[in-house]
Amino acid sequence: MRALAALLALALAAAFVPAALAVEPNEILKDAALEQRARDISKRLRCLVCQNQSIDDSNAELARDLRVLVRERLTAGDSDEQVVSYVVARYGDFVLLRPPVNPATFVLWFGPLLILLVAGIGVFVFLRRRRPESAGAAARPLDAAEKKHLDALLAEDGSGS
Amino acid sequence: MSDTSDMTDTATTRGRPSRILFVLPVLLFGVLAAVIAYFMLTGRDPRLLPSTLIDKPAPKFKLPPIKGWEGRKPGLATADLKGKVTVVNFFASWCVPCLAEHPQVMALSKIKGIQVVGINHKDRPAAAKDWLTRHGDPYARIGADAGRAAIDWGVYGMPETFIVDKTGRIRFKHVGIIRPETLKNKLLPIIRQLQK
Repeated sequence: MRALAALLALALAAAFVPAALAVEPNEILKDAALEQRARDISKRLRCLVCQNQSIDDSNAELARDLRVLVRERLTAGDSDEQVVSYVVARYGDFVLLRPPVNPATFVLWFGPLLILLVAGIGVFVFLRRRRPESAGAAARPLDAAEKKHLDALLAEDGSGS
Repeated sequence: MSDTSDMTDTATTRGRPSRILFVLPVLLFGVLAAVIAYFMLTGRDPRLLPSTLIDKPAPKFKLPPIKGWEGRKPGLATADLKGKVTVVNFFASWCVPCLAEHPQVMALSKIKGIQVVGINHKDRPAAAKDWLTRHGDPYARIGADAGRAAIDWGVYGMPETFIVDKTGRIRFKHVGIIRPETLKNKLLPIIRQLQK
């Protein structure tokens, strides 16, 4: 029990420790506003070596080079979008962690919605078809044979207990 | 007896819309199996990225020669890629896979009518010189790159190899080791086609 509590405390502590920075001190720009823009752009760009980290998170050498490049372009006076398109021109849309909406990514963006729609229609149709049938079955009065059978069962049940 | 047959009747009429539900998992499994089989049988690696630079002019760059090697091989710039079909090979002495593909690069350099050029990526000049002396230098020109040229070429791993046509357009990119079969089945057919 004590071990469990200790483990829980450790897990909680770990959750509040800020993630180790990949950005090295010598990369950081003196201009705080510019540095903030660089950080924001870096978070949007994929590290192509690790592929599931942004260049802001990654310690890969290519990620470092790209971070330096982003800061260089910003210092040279590029807008955020210019910096991003500079990198996209070289590495393609894949470098963006948030894929852009264009014909090539329509399936990615709208596919799940389409599946939900189709499934929704399917469920709707299924329920619609089922309902009147069961309702009709319940409304149909018993015929003579059924009534006799039911009476026999009820009588049997009553005598049994 | 008559009431039981009645019950099975309603079950089948009710079962009609849901029959598709029984087939659906089988269909989904079939699609999934087909996708997996495609990647397994064609040996396609989904992590490999298509280059956005294909069919675009080679990026503008100008690289100095390797220090201490300038007497043997000049540096490399965009203008050097025009006039001939050119194989651009990113390499480094610290890159072990580069050594594995080195015999294939040497073989490429012996093909008449094309040129093979090297971009020495993030290397120490002494180590690069040593590596070229020991394993052979297949390159007509070598540019020493501190990292920016690799970004301009969209390189994300070493080694990478590009084929540039006579007009200076990038026509093909290979990521990773050029194996003997890669050379035979991919690079050589493209080179032959571009030479026409």
